[in-house]
Amino acid sequence: MPFNLRLIPLMPFIGATLLMLFGRRWKRETVVMVACLAVFFAGLVAFDAFFTRLPEAAEAGGLTDNVWTWLAVGSGPTGLHVDLAFRMDALSGLLCLIITFIGFLIHVYASGYMEHEPDYARFFAYLNLFCGAMLVLVLGDNLPVMFVGWEGVGLCSYLLIGFWYTDNANADAGKKAFITNRIGDFGFLLGIFLLFQYSGTMNFSEITSVAQSGSALMQPFWLGQPVAFWVGLLLFIGAAGKSAQIPLYVWLPDAMAGPTPVSALIHAATMVTAGVYMVARMHAVYLLSPAAMAIVAIVGALTAAFAAIIGFAQNDFKKVLAYSTVSQLGFMFAGVGTANYDAGVFHLFTHAFFKAGLFLCAGSVMHAMSGSGDITKMGGLRKRIPWTHGVFFICWLAICGIFPLSGFFSKDSIIAGAFATTVYGPAGMAWVGPFVGVLLVLAALGTAFYMSRLYFLVFTGPSRADAETQHHIHESPFVMVGPLVLLAVGAALGGFIGIPGALVEHPELNLIGHFFEPVLGAEMMVPHATEWAFMGISFALALGGIGLAYLFYGGGYREPAHQVAFQFPRFVALVRDKFRVDELYDAIFIRPLRKLSEWLFKLADRIIIDKILVEGVGMVVDVFGRFARFLQLGDAQRYMAAFAIGVAALVFFATRPPAPSELKVSVEGLSVQVDARRAGRQSPRELEYTYDFDDGREENQTAPEIRHTFRQPGKYTIRVTVTDPRWGTSTVVKRRVEVQ
Amino acid sequence: MPTYYYLTLSFVLFLVGTSGVLLRRNALIVLMGIELQLNAGNLAFLAFSRQLGDQKGHAFAFIIIALAAAEAAVGLAILVALFRSRQTINLDEASLMKR
Repeated sequence: MPFNLRLIPLMPFIGATLLMLFGRRWKRETVVMVACLAVFFAGLVAFDAFFTRLPEAAEAGGLTDNVWTWLAVGSGPTGLHVDLAFRMDALSGLLCLIITFIGFLIHVYASGYMEHEPDYARFFAYLNLFCGAMLVLVLGDNLPVMFVGWEGVGLCSYLLIGFWYTDNANADAGKKAFITNRIGDFGFLLGIFLLFQYSGTMNFSEITSVAQSGSALMQPFWLGQPVAFWVGLLLFIGAAGKSAQIPLYVWLPDAMAGPTPVSALIHAATMVTAGVYMVARMHAVYLLSPAAMAIVAIVGALTAAFAAIIGFAQNDFKKVLAYSTVSQLGFMFAGVGTANYDAGVFHLFTHAFFKAGLFLCAGSVMHAMSGSGDITKMGGLRKRIPWTHGVFFICWLAICGIFPLSGFFSKDSIIAGAFATTVYGPAGMAWVGPFVGVLLVLAALGTAFYMSRLYFLVFTGPSRADAETQHHIHESPFVMVGPLVLLAVGAALGGFIGIPGALVEHPELNLIGHFFEPVLGAEMMVPHATEWAFMGISFALALGGIGLAYLFYGGGYREPAHQVAFQFPRFVALVRDKFRVDELYDAIFIRPLRKLSEWLFKLADRIIIDKILVEGVGMVVDVFGRFARFLQLGDAQRYMAAFAIGVAALVFFATRPPAPSELKVSVEGLSVQVDARRAGRQSPRELEYTYDFDDGREENQTAPEIRHTFRQPGKYTIRVTVTDPRWGTSTVVKRRVEVQ
Repeated sequence: MPTYYYLTLSFVLFLVGTSGVLLRRNALIVLMGIELQLNAGNLAFLAFSRQLGDQKGHAFAFIIIALAAAEAAVGLAILVALFRSRQTINLDEASLMKR
């Protein structure tokens, strides 16, 4: 069903354009108004489309908007036809709501958070640009349009991480994010190309139908694996870059160099979930290859557990949240990798709320703590900033997975799904599901631990800050607290759209499963016993993690925490240094690359380009110049003499009688036919032709043609002299002939 | 009188003018050589005009006379400027183009 979906991304783009062009001249209020309204109107259109138009169109493929034909090359099965087209179905619709709703709240929050920032307009321009690009990403109806959005959000991420670019560390963090993403994009692009080569289309619905018919993508491609495996793997490399999975997760913690609202919007709620969205979008291709699914699930689960462990020992508020985001994204990938798409996207949805809430709380806390995010210097903030504390409390319990907050439902359905999945088949890879499930259970325990550590160290016990900072602690203004409260409401209640109602014989309670059915296929069937068991286990683990953290950190650093740090100093240092993965990458990739670049610089730049191409060319010109200088005497009269001689020569050659550049001679036995007419324009003058046949005979006549018979065979040179009798000038043409 | 005679005179005048331009070192004489070349051209124009009974040649001659006057004015001005800066009008001395 057609609908003006283009309006949704267009509004933020218009906002960004206006802010870039005029933002510097506008008052702050105007800038905020334009930025917020742009997202607000986009959200209005999105909500209207989602709630009033989509329900009737959901079964028929959703709402579509074909803006124009973008690329049309060739035709038929080998042709490439790409439209700038948008489609809103249940999946992209839900993502649109998340982006516009949370995006709007974060714009409002940022208007308070960035109040003292001189470069206000630039910040909001980038933020609007990001929203537009993200909406293009989710609404795009084919891979190229999605890729445009994909790169657009990457660009905005880079611009916003390095927003305070005068500090070198921030600019470096931006570069790191961008370059790491480029590695992922490389895989993503190759995946698109490979998919196009074998399926002949890049449109999502056509890809789905090609994949469901199977044959084209099941051809063996390389290493005994079918095309679908390699497409899935390459696309997942792109997803791993964008969504910060092992091994490309390193950029996300550094991305916290950007302003906090950016961390909340881009690096927690929306952009980093694009990879999960993409895998869910391409689920038909992934379903063809259990091996690719297994890779997605295992990488996701490993990332979830690994990042959770790193989170144990981080001392920067936003760094903890960053590793938490990496870990939660791992959960989502484990969800989609076990063919439990509903659960993966459901977790994306709930995570967007509680993680955005947590990040905005981080901003609010740092605002209160005079800009510092060091949790070793916090403590006791519960009474001092009660609203922020309340919101953090709810979001904390939600991410830990406490019933009935949102994280409980989504995380539980991922874990239960991992144990119950049948997608890997009965033999060979059946271990993948339980393996992923166990890792996720451990990661869930870790999540509860590090989040509780964060909560206890920041909000409980006595304050460890210095007197000056303590004096300045204050609750944030209403524009910051308001969005926080709304996010907390979402974090608390968001889970109720995905109640596993089948357990109590009311499947219709699971709104999200029902809702995604046209797009992602039927909800995964989990045996009731498994589901109940894992609900119990998750809940117990969450409580256990919180309890453990209380023992260590309740009311500040306690004895067990000191003991562990004392007994395993090297391990604690290793975790605090993030397992030194950055250093590892530095040693394996970055330093060799630098060495290679240095070497290439010396060889290619210094020697080939500078010495040979630049200085060499200069030298050749110089040498010729030295010779040419002898001719240049600087005496105008000699130049004129040369000029006069040249004119005389031109006149001489121009007035010669016309002759062909080559004689036409045809040989028949001993006789030859000579034609001395010039092709093209003939001279109007009477010309005389003298023929010398090289056998002692000459003919003189006014006709340009002659016939001559040689007396004996041999080689002869025929010379024709064309004479203009009036001027006495002549031209000679020669031709060698052989007669037998 | 045949056109041939006029053209021969014109050719001789042109040769005299050209050799003056190319061989003399005095800038004033060079200018006079140029005038001679122009007048040789005028003569040829008029000769052909007379032969063909066409008045266009006269028009050309008039234009060339005007042009020659302008050229003489500019040329003499350059000579004066040259003399002021160098105290000479010998062309061998004016070799700024070779440095």
